[in-house]
Amino acid sequence: MTEFRSPDQEVSRLRVRLVVAGLFMLICLSLLAARFVYLQVVRFDYYHTRAEDNRIALVPVPPNRGAIVDRNGKVLARNFAAYTLDITPSQVEDLDDTIDRLSEIVDISDYDRRRFKKFREESKFFESVPIRTKLTDEEVARFIARRYLFPGVDVQARLFREYPQGDLLGHVVGYMGRINNRDVDNLETRGETANYRGTEHIGKRGLEESYEAELHGKTGSEQVEVDAGGRKVRLLSRRTAVPGNSLILTVDAGLQAVAHQAFGERRGALVAIEPSTGGVLALVSSPSFDPNLFVDGISVADWKGLNESPDRPLLNRAIYSAYPPGSTFKPFMGLAGLSTGKRTPQQAIADPGFFVFGGHRFMDDKVGGHGMVDLHTSIVQSCNTYYYMLANDLGIEGIADFMRPFGFGQLTGIDLPGEADGVLPSPDWKRKRFKKPGQQKWYGGETISVGIGQGYNAYTPLQMATALSALVNDGVVFKPHVVKYVVDPQTGARREVEPKPIRQIPLKPAHLAAIRAAMVDVNKTGTGARAFAGAEYSAGGKTGTAQVYSLKGSKYKEGNVAERLRDHSWFIAFAPADKPRIALAVLVENGGFGSRSAAPIARQVIDYYLLGKRPAGQASEDEDAPADH
Amino acid sequence: MEFRLHPVALIRAILRPIDPPLFLLLTVLLAAALVVMQSASPARMEAQLANTGVALALMWVTARIPSARLLSLAMPLYVLGVVLLIGVALFGEISKGAQRWLDLGVARIQPSELMKIAMPLMLAWFFQQREGAIGFVEFVLAGVLLAVPVALIVTQPDLGTSLLVAAAGLYVIFFAGLSWKLIVPLVLVAVVGLGSIVAFGDTLCQPEVDWQVLREYQKHRVCTLLDPTSDPLGKGFHIIQSTIAIGSGGMFGKGWMQGTQTHLSFIPERHTDFIFAVMAEEFGLIGALVLLVVLFMLLLRGLMIAAAAPTLGTRLLAGAITMIFFTYAFVNMGMVSGILPVVGVPLPFISYGGTALVTLCVGVGILMSIQRERALSQS
Repeated sequence: MTEFRSPDQEVSRLRVRLVVAGLFMLICLSLLAARFVYLQVVRFDYYHTRAEDNRIALVPVPPNRGAIVDRNGKVLARNFAAYTLDITPSQVEDLDDTIDRLSEIVDISDYDRRRFKKFREESKFFESVPIRTKLTDEEVARFIARRYLFPGVDVQARLFREYPQGDLLGHVVGYMGRINNRDVDNLETRGETANYRGTEHIGKRGLEESYEAELHGKTGSEQVEVDAGGRKVRLLSRRTAVPGNSLILTVDAGLQAVAHQAFGERRGALVAIEPSTGGVLALVSSPSFDPNLFVDGISVADWKGLNESPDRPLLNRAIYSAYPPGSTFKPFMGLAGLSTGKRTPQQAIADPGFFVFGGHRFMDDKVGGHGMVDLHTSIVQSCNTYYYMLANDLGIEGIADFMRPFGFGQLTGIDLPGEADGVLPSPDWKRKRFKKPGQQKWYGGETISVGIGQGYNAYTPLQMATALSALVNDGVVFKPHVVKYVVDPQTGARREVEPKPIRQIPLKPAHLAAIRAAMVDVNKTGTGARAFAGAEYSAGGKTGTAQVYSLKGSKYKEGNVAERLRDHSWFIAFAPADKPRIALAVLVENGGFGSRSAAPIARQVIDYYLLGKRPAGQASEDEDAPADH
Repeated sequence: MEFRLHPVALIRAILRPIDPPLFLLLTVLLAAALVVMQSASPARMEAQLANTGVALALMWVTARIPSARLLSLAMPLYVLGVVLLIGVALFGEISKGAQRWLDLGVARIQPSELMKIAMPLMLAWFFQQREGAIGFVEFVLAGVLLAVPVALIVTQPDLGTSLLVAAAGLYVIFFAGLSWKLIVPLVLVAVVGLGSIVAFGDTLCQPEVDWQVLREYQKHRVCTLLDPTSDPLGKGFHIIQSTIAIGSGGMFGKGWMQGTQTHLSFIPERHTDFIFAVMAEEFGLIGALVLLVVLFMLLLRGLMIAAAAPTLGTRLLAGAITMIFFTYAFVNMGMVSGILPVVGVPLPFISYGGTALVTLCVGVGILMSIQRERALSQS
């Protein structure tokens, strides 16, 4: 099928094809032109934004966190700059090799490597991640000399949190930790995500947590031009960070130390409050922990030690653990009797040593009874029968209604996180507390136990101290608080945390005077007399014992009971008696009678606070104490 | 005999082989290349200048060679190219998973580059030999001549180059008069094939799908084009960033040396394959359209030369060379602006790279040689 054509035909045929080719090229190039118009005109805004996003990076400048100092200016939490060795993984070819070579220059432990790996997974690919923190000066020098060998690795100054008082205020100041997913969610709901860009740590406990918003400050930013590798090319603009506010506490670190040491190895808690303001002077939960352990990511061994210890050092007993108040409840019961008109100060009962209710004998501590007992004696001698009868007369509703305004069984609203509300028992409470109908009914006998601070009663040491403060402050209830001032570090302007009277309980001065007088006598002739022997001031107090273990029918003998099952020891006190400057509640877990272990601690604390006297040594535990209850 | 060349005569002698329109357009492009290069990669300016000089010199030399002699080189060049390609297949060096280089002891050469010129030359020469008797058999033979080196290059594997070499040959065959009855179905098959790849891209691009003919990296290239965001930090990064560069250039561009995508290293390969992105970012739509117009004028000039060429061989050769220029430009700009897959094709006359520039300028030289002969035959 070979065709023979003349050359002229072929030339014209070729020319047709050349024209076709030219048209084809025109169409294709027009297609390109259309594409360019689309990209450069139609979608210009979009691509312009994309290019700007590429070019401009907002580098956050985290603010300096506010310091925390006690009422006398003693530093409790501060920042210190330390060098960290940072790796920018996106600029390093062989990470493992780099780390191996680095470990020949500076110490890099397995812990450091694990932490680096963890941090790296949480960070963006161009961010630098610390492989070592807190380099020594020598290590910094050694690295700097060899820096050229390590592209993508550099030394950076970072701020770390430091708690110079160690475990003294672990439960008050709290600690900081690395921001985790839950924190991220919280920040998101608070709308604070942007303000935490560049921040790696956040308050996890104590004041560090509750005052996070004050302490953190405002993150600044630098607008920088970056290249494709994420390296800064030049600074475009800067918005400086605003440092966080500092906190000045109502807490007296010296007082705290005395109280802390007075506990020694014992478990327990102490809360001391300035009654006229609600300011917390000391808040001890023993044993405590050293918040410095958490600053840099706590090691597994340290965490196990804290978390698995039977003494539970991470538990803030002062605000979270609720204990039956025992006889420390009696002054409040007495006041209830007077205020409701069920008793007068002079009215006396005959105490046979027991009280019969519903066929059951509620025993007094003293065999044979206290004889004729009036209000004053009932408190000084801690007579149970008086309060069995009073409780029966008041009824459970009457007790609950009177006690509630003092803050029993309710959150005090203290500016520390993790407060528990305890239990102010009432029929209503019982209905809600129990599921089975049989358990929901309130029995009259239960009211009798409540009268002496046992049974369902359970209050935190903070609630006891708050209630006592109200009692010695003519019925004015303050919200307890740990922070006195919030200070702007730039202007020095102080914002006072105003003492907030929550309510005024209508109480008759005569009734209050009667109760206080009885409490003063407790420390003179009663169950607190030994602990407060020779005091140069007049102090009111009341011992108490919270039953841990109920021995049905048999007599409680301390020696027969395992240490952990022994009764808890309470003491509440205030001083000076006429114009109280301090009101406190002490609880010693498994301390036995309140007079023996808790009262001496209260004595040491008040001695220091009023007289500046430091205790010579630890209070001895082996003295015989007068009978409690 | 004393012979003194008058200066004017000397200049005339130098300019004689030059086709003024072609040379003017080429000069504009090469100047643009230098301007853009200063922004894209100032360190390569000297080399680019040197390359330009060498390429222009070789263009001039080529333009002086009569086209008949050029065509007579076709067979030896083609045979040499095929032998070298076989040599690569047997003894070639493997680099980046493909066997493309042949170490001759003196230099490492890439025989597939040689084929880019040798192929159209060979087919043009072949059809010239069969002038007046071109029929079915000739087209089959031409197809075989085309298929052998293309197959060798595909198996290296180098899909991009094999397509360009194949295109160069097909252009000659097209201009030689292959029946439209064959062309139309071929084009349809190609369109349908590409269309179905686009339509079923999602399924085809699943990792477990094996494409048989193409290597993994070639599959990757096609798939990345279909959805650049599927791999924004890998292969897709190139297309995304070059598209951003072009788009953010807007109507008038960011100004020379002011391209942020360029100067902050967001554009990959910005002095070679992606140099068009630099240009479009800094000179905007205006700059891009000017480039398109200049290129199109150069192509039109090429087609005109082909139309007026004295012999069948030179007509086919000139047409094919012009189409090759077009193909490079279209594929490159299509790739950089994200409408064609990423294949390693430089932007003709603009991208950095001595070999490519020399090859292209030799091509221009061939066009000039053909044009000069037409002028001579007319006079």
